[in-house]
Amino acid sequence: MTSLTKKFSHAFEKDEGHVHIEIEAKPYSNPYLVGIGLGLVLLASFVIMGRGLGASGALSTLVASGVNAIAPDHASHNPFYSEYLGDGTTNPLKDWLIFQVIGVLVGGFLSGTISHRVKKGIEKGPHISTKMRLIYAFVGGGLLGWGAKLARGCMSGQALTGGAVLNLGSWAFMMMVFAGGYGAAYFMRRQWI
Amino acid sequence: MNAPFFKFDYFNTDVSLIFAFIIGIAFGIALERGGFGRATILAAQFYFTNMRVLKVMFTAIVTAMLGLFYLSVIGFLDLSLIYLTTTNMLPMVVGGLVAGVGFVIGGYCPGTSMVAVATGKIDAMVYVLGMMFGIFVFGEMFPSIESFFNSSEMGSVTLPQYFNMSYGLVVFLVVLMALGAFAAAEWGERKMAAKKSEANP
Repeated sequence: MTSLTKKFSHAFEKDEGHVHIEIEAKPYSNPYLVGIGLGLVLLASFVIMGRGLGASGALSTLVASGVNAIAPDHASHNPFYSEYLGDGTTNPLKDWLIFQVIGVLVGGFLSGTISHRVKKGIEKGPHISTKMRLIYAFVGGGLLGWGAKLARGCMSGQALTGGAVLNLGSWAFMMMVFAGGYGAAYFMRRQWI
Repeated sequence: MNAPFFKFDYFNTDVSLIFAFIIGIAFGIALERGGFGRATILAAQFYFTNMRVLKVMFTAIVTAMLGLFYLSVIGFLDLSLIYLTTTNMLPMVVGGLVAGVGFVIGGYCPGTSMVAVATGKIDAMVYVLGMMFGIFVFGEMFPSIESFFNSSEMGSVTLPQYFNMSYGLVVFLVVLMALGAFAAAEWGERKMAAKKSEANP
């Protein structure tokens, strides 16, 4: 565990004497404590807004806005895009999920900075090239984006949020995500282990 | 006071965006501290070497579920005003499978990829581009798969309604299931660690 969760941020040099100071990245927190924290954030969202958390919906709004900017006619005739674009009275980017996802970016950066874990890099196992890893990242992202749209939400909007409100379809989705992940894991082992 | 506050018009839509930003920050901090900004940690879930995903996810679900349950029991929160995505069983099952395969290939899910982007992971940036491409492909396909997307419509339905059990009983069973899953996860991690130290003494 510690070998996985520890890493070193690179040394930086002082102007004189070339003193290298290694700042060690702090280990990640206890998963059960993080879970309680995440659960309380989700609960706060329910209590304040009456809705849970999300992620893929914000990207859908971005994509729909992009299509609308390039081909407005095409977007308005497609019910998938037009749902994210709204009735045209307000800017579609002035959206709850967009602001929430901007918050996630800020929160992730703040937390990473405090714990010395912000570092440019590529996440992969030792037996795969950088190029293949990036191809897999694109393909996996594509499948997840497509699948999440078909399922009306992703791990945040369905599994986490729908799981907590005991939504039937969300639980089915969650079980299927684990089934798909474990089913494909064998074929992807070269990438990760 | 009555919750959810937004549904009782305690504040307007513009103010809700400020809450969205604040809640998002807290969400991002939780994901980062959980180690979810790293694909190697997320993918380890599928090789039983690090079960953080399961532990964090089920603890969060149980925490929020118990909170909602007790707040509604004491009359503070109206559960019927909480947004519930409609269940369309077939597309959700297929979408879940595709998303699960995408998870182990890409190494992230949408929320965690945001944290990984924010902490400098290049593969996560490529992943997000892929995700936007996937959403675009879905959008372009939408007219031809719209009938499947809307098939097996079951409305907004919860586990207690579907299995005809009381809400409290389902809450209790989910807690039991989570505790069982935690025990299995701890056992599995120890097994894998032992196997690894045998292989490289």
